Amino acid sequence: MPEPLALYIHWPFCLAKCPYCDFNSHVRDVVPEARFAHALSRELAHEAARLGRRPLTSIFFGGGTPSLMAPDSVAALIEQATTLFDPVPDMEITLEANPTSVETGRLRGFREAGVNRVSLGIQALDGEALHRLGREHTAGEAIAALELARTLFPRISFDLIYARPGQAMAEWRAELDAALALVADHLSLYQLTIEPGTRYEALHRQGLIALPDEDDAAALYCETATVAARHGLLGYEISNYARPGAESRHNLAYWRYQDYAGIGPGAHGRLTLDGRLHATRRHRAPEPWAERVERMGSGQTSETPLEPGERAREMLLMGLRLAEGIPAARFAARTGIALADAIDGDVLGDAIEAGYVAWHGDCLAATSEGRLRLDALLAALVL
Amino acid sequence: MTDTPLSLIRNFSIIAHIDHGKSTLADRLIQTCGGLTEREMTNQVLDNMDIERERGITIKAQTVRLSYPAKDGKTYVLNLMDTPGHVDFAYEVSRSLAACEGSLLVVDASQGVEAQTLANVYQAIDAHHEIVPVLNKIDLPAAEPEQVRQQIEEVVGIPADDAIEISAKTGLNIIGVLEALVTRLPPPVGDADAPLQALLVDSWYDAYLGVIILVRVKNGRLKRHSKIRMMSNGATHTVEQVGVFSPAMRPLDDLGPGEIGYINAAIKTVADCNIGDTITDDRRPASQALPGFKASIPVVWCGLFPIDADDFEKLRESLGKLRLNDASFHFEAETSAALGFGYRCGFLGLLHLEIIQERLTREFNLDLIATAPSVVYRIHRTNGTEEELHNPADMPDGSLIESIEEPWIRATIMVPDEYLGPVLTLCNDRRGRQVDLTYVGTRAMAVYRLPLNEVVFDFYDRLKSVSRGYASFDYAMDGYEESDLVRISILVNLEPVDALSFIAHRSAAETRGRSICGKLKDLIPRQLFKIAIQAAIGGRVIARETIGALSKDVTAKCYGGDISRKRKLLDKQKEGKKRMRQFGKVEIPQTAFLAALKMDA
Repeated sequence: MPEPLALYIHWPFCLAKCPYCDFNSHVRDVVPEARFAHALSRELAHEAARLGRRPLTSIFFGGGTPSLMAPDSVAALIEQATTLFDPVPDMEITLEANPTSVETGRLRGFREAGVNRVSLGIQALDGEALHRLGREHTAGEAIAALELARTLFPRISFDLIYARPGQAMAEWRAELDAALALVADHLSLYQLTIEPGTRYEALHRQGLIALPDEDDAAALYCETATVAARHGLLGYEISNYARPGAESRHNLAYWRYQDYAGIGPGAHGRLTLDGRLHATRRHRAPEPWAERVERMGSGQTSETPLEPGERAREMLLMGLRLAEGIPAARFAARTGIALADAIDGDVLGDAIEAGYVAWHGDCLAATSEGRLRLDALLAALVL
Repeated sequence: MTDTPLSLIRNFSIIAHIDHGKSTLADRLIQTCGGLTEREMTNQVLDNMDIERERGITIKAQTVRLSYPAKDGKTYVLNLMDTPGHVDFAYEVSRSLAACEGSLLVVDASQGVEAQTLANVYQAIDAHHEIVPVLNKIDLPAAEPEQVRQQIEEVVGIPADDAIEISAKTGLNIIGVLEALVTRLPPPVGDADAPLQALLVDSWYDAYLGVIILVRVKNGRLKRHSKIRMMSNGATHTVEQVGVFSPAMRPLDDLGPGEIGYINAAIKTVADCNIGDTITDDRRPASQALPGFKASIPVVWCGLFPIDADDFEKLRESLGKLRLNDASFHFEAETSAALGFGYRCGFLGLLHLEIIQERLTREFNLDLIATAPSVVYRIHRTNGTEEELHNPADMPDGSLIESIEEPWIRATIMVPDEYLGPVLTLCNDRRGRQVDLTYVGTRAMAVYRLPLNEVVFDFYDRLKSVSRGYASFDYAMDGYEESDLVRISILVNLEPVDALSFIAHRSAAETRGRSICGKLKDLIPRQLFKIAIQAAIGGRVIARETIGALSKDVTAKCYGGDISRKRKLLDKQKEGKKRMRQFGKVEIPQTAFLAALKMDA
């Protein structure tokens, strides 16, 4: 039985670079839509040819800003993927969209292209905050986009950034309540992180952006989970909340450490090839990636087999982000190492005692307290 | 061949406080006597080690031979002996002084006499030196020559009427100094035909020539190719080279009585050349050694550990190289559960410790952790045996100890009277006993007896801070006394951290224990689990602090593209952890060790 596959497609262009964002996104005066749509299609075909027919569990259009793509291009890629692979029934097809008026105008086209889940990059419901986050949309546009999306798509999600400079607990609670009233079945709620190489990092260094301290950040996080739960959305991953059943299946594939193929500039993959798990990556810069694809059919720059230890560490660092945790049997099968051999038994004992991790039957899971400290927990726990 | 008559030789040293202008004056004297061309004159010729130059202190004795045509028409040989200028090197200073007949006492005319100067000038008086007071920086508007003259007379107790007023910086009245050397200092005495007696003043290691020995010939002649004998241990060597410093090395055939110069005798390490030893002729030895020889004994010890365990071998080699040139410093292997493999090192004093540490860092590029300095205690066991202890980790159980003695010092502190109050409070807090308190004008001189143990704990820093840097300090060892001393252990999550344990007087134990726990609480970052920090005497906890668990540490976004980066980060953390000092589950960062070990009590 071939490994099921999740497919990620990267559209690297944005209207503007947001000051907090360190994703692989680029701004061009004129986006060479046709060239890149064609290159993505070629790379998809190239990838499918070597992977063979596999069950396809999800497609995710990410970016950049994939809602800047022509709906026809999206439709063509979906059509191609579902032909080259074997889609599971009711396959999840997500597209990330920004709620500017231009992109909102295309939502119907994306739905017609086959997209059945949209993830809106709303980020804030406060005009001033949106401006400071460098977003191109207003709060009004965001709500309009959401309203329209709700009528078009069976599943919607949106992103918010909190723990913003100067944002107090009360303000965030109000904003979150307002957001949850907009009836989505899924939310990604990210604490603002200063990423290296971003404009925010420079501002942070100059002392112009103040982030909440560790204790305040922890309080904001806990309050977020409480408010979301009151609206029926449960934190199933560190920054993701969903009504039971509405979790992002595509992202779950990452966290459950399943096979996924990434096409487009800078996209990463984890692929079982000849019975061994490989890490793949593609050229990050859009034009050189496209040139490679045009020359060789693929923009891939590396394909590295992963050792058991590497697989174990990756599966732990992803799997413990999930409330459901890691099934020991699946861990052993996927990594070749028993779960008990991949972690420090002494630390595990203490972590259980401290209430950071727990066994749920066969599954080792980080508790909400443990997830709040996951980076430190991993550093101590993982061998 | 040196056949200068004794009557035309003058041997002198310069005594001065840091920054009072010793090196500048030395440069001027050399320049005036034409020892160096303009081009060769770098500032402060004599201090040739970087550290010496930066800190304005001299570590090794050095000498330069000057030729001065005096106003009386004769040309004199003036041997300037530059001495180590710090209490840690008191013995070395005494040997340098023993090589001379007189001293210039250089005092900054705007600052007055400082404590350190005082100790050295007393040593010079003990060495029967003729002392010529020199008031430097006379050109400064703040110069108060009359007051400083009075201070010299009252504090030092020597006449200062004919003190020479100069400015070494501008060159004012340098001739006055040279004339005073010729007219006021006695010439050396000695018998060229007597068996050889030469004082070993200092020695250092030269990468090309091996060990160079600085000598002062008292009697007889020290000749090239002769076979010499060290009178302390009977070791013999053949002299390969004899010469003087002008200031460059200038070989001669021999050195006669009264002369100061160098020899080179294919000696491999300075450990074979004991300062203060008498060198004699192997075939015609002197019947008696020169007086005053003492073996050097470390007073302060500390552990030195490489931050990177892989540097242990490099540390060993570096210590060996330093010892080639400094026999007064000792080292022996030490293993610490907390800090791994390192060395327990003994020094002549705190400055000596600091210098060695700094040289290891700077010249050998080593990152080191130094444990808290410890003095040498004498332990009397209940079974009647006695032992010396300089590592708190080795302290026997209290039930086995009959009594402990600790070393005391006699400290001299000079300070403007407005800061005297806090200085006295500091001394009293450190178990000091006042011996004397006198005033000269607005400056007070306090003499205290203090346990050395209290001084190695940041006393200098505290003194500097309570006197805003105006106090000067000097000390001499002053015997041992029985004392109620205890070892305080520091425990992190119930595990003792050996490198943090220390010995203190029982009366100070709780305060220090609380202080170190409090500091560690601030220095150790919050971690995954909560951390208990305790200070204990034996099984009794005297202070405790708790560091709560960190409250949040998690990456907000982690998707398919982030895995490789996150895994590499995790790998790196793992790698870093191996180098961290782990105590159970607690990581103590190097910075915490460094700061905790340095801290005030």
